Amino acid sequence: MQTLPLTLQGIFPTGDNVIGWIFQLIFLGLFVFLMFYNQRVQMMIWVREIEGSLFKLKLMRDEARKTAINNIKELGKLEGDPTVQVDRFLEYFAISPVDLDPSGVIWRLEHLLDVRDLRFKDDVKLMAPQADETQINNLENMLEATLALNIIYKIIRHFYLLGKKTLSMYVIMQVQMILPLIMREAEAYASAQKAFTLGQPIGDGAGALVAAKLMHSYEKTKVEKDVVVAQVPIEGRTAYVLKAEGPGGNVGKPGEAIKQILEQNEGQISMAIVIDAGMKLEGEKTGEVAEGIGVAIGGPEVDKYKVEETVLRHKVPVNAIIIKEDVGDAVSPMRKEIVDAIDGVIERVKRLILERTKTGDSVIIAGIGNTIGIGQ
Amino acid sequence: MKTMTQPVPVTSKVSPFLLAIILITLLLSLVSIYLGLNQYLVGDSGNGSFYVSMGAVTLALSAYMLFQTRKRMLRLVSMEMQPLSTTLQCQKCGLKDVREFQRGDFVFKQTDRPCPKDNEKMMISAIYREVKEKEKAKEEGNR
Repeated sequence: MQTLPLTLQGIFPTGDNVIGWIFQLIFLGLFVFLMFYNQRVQMMIWVREIEGSLFKLKLMRDEARKTAINNIKELGKLEGDPTVQVDRFLEYFAISPVDLDPSGVIWRLEHLLDVRDLRFKDDVKLMAPQADETQINNLENMLEATLALNIIYKIIRHFYLLGKKTLSMYVIMQVQMILPLIMREAEAYASAQKAFTLGQPIGDGAGALVAAKLMHSYEKTKVEKDVVVAQVPIEGRTAYVLKAEGPGGNVGKPGEAIKQILEQNEGQISMAIVIDAGMKLEGEKTGEVAEGIGVAIGGPEVDKYKVEETVLRHKVPVNAIIIKEDVGDAVSPMRKEIVDAIDGVIERVKRLILERTKTGDSVIIAGIGNTIGIGQ
Repeated sequence: MKTMTQPVPVTSKVSPFLLAIILITLLLSLVSIYLGLNQYLVGDSGNGSFYVSMGAVTLALSAYMLFQTRKRMLRLVSMEMQPLSTTLQCQKCGLKDVREFQRGDFVFKQTDRPCPKDNEKMMISAIYREVKEKEKAKEEGNR
């Protein structure tokens, strides 16, 4: 009977079967190798995963930088190349105030944020001298998204190189474990950068869109920095509806605006309603609306603090309405589900006003969020 | 600027480590098929079928792994831009019209486009992106 040269028995070490002994040695060698180097092998796999993500982060950062430079050239009509200025902008940092002594930290933080904002705006004006106010705001937001991508890329690169240099499994492991969340955030910033470039409304502007719908066709006045207010009659009450001034990318200072309105009315406000985009939990639907109490203002919490302090002084109840979305939706172009939820939010605002105030009362309705692509 | 032009210690190639594992698996699957065929030839069809099927399954799995690695690399380099829609609405009759987003559009912008019904200038009432049903299902998969 004809057989092939290597048989099944051939791979087992029996008698003077050389191939069998070779297989046995390979198996033993592998066993010993994995006994001592299994962690190193695992680390190599993690390092490769980080490398893949780092490559993607670099692509996103470079693409964002290229878009930023082209956009500034196009809108700013600057004579010369803005690349050096853009690269300098992408290396900006802000040092947070000392919180060892927490007294007055909010005011110090507010000052630093104001300085940062002013500096950014001035730099953008220098880069794009021909751009109008809306374009300046959009360019500033676009550069901030690029800056965020650059920082994410550099931090991940730092830990990747540090992990490789020190051969520390724990440094590599921590980066690898947190990487999916970081990649989600980076993708959101990349998407935001594109939206800011084109001046498209983003998910974070859900609160601003509600306020814009309420105040549309009513006279608006500009109050605190980049915030507009309109007096809108709703169900027999007077509503002070406010939002950041659009359509340029702007969040304004809603906290200061609410404080001013409360002080102008000597605290005679029956209720304040703060509307903002809120973080959804996994499994919840984008565009779901929820009600609660408290000041729904995100960010560095300066505005939130100001509102809390003022409403406490005047004993004004604060209600919050949030439109749920995840971090990706918040900074990428607004989803249809969020737009569709706006009318439902307006109905809730009206119901809240009817249930909790009397005819002739005054209320404050604040639409929070970046108002890019949303007029009023 | 130095930081922007610095070479990055990452590669766009398929990991050689992964490639080595896939190739070893491929080789083992071929050995398994070979041994199976050998068993058939000596008349042991039971063992022969076992080794041939084991080899075939391993061969399919390693080919799939190789395909997935390539697909992943393609996914890495392509970031698609989602299309955006702009809804125009007539202030008078409420007629709605949807078109693709154009640069300069913003919500509540008065456009030059006249309403086909009453010739009134239309206003932008919404700008949004629609997420594909497939993505939406993936997002809500754990509900």
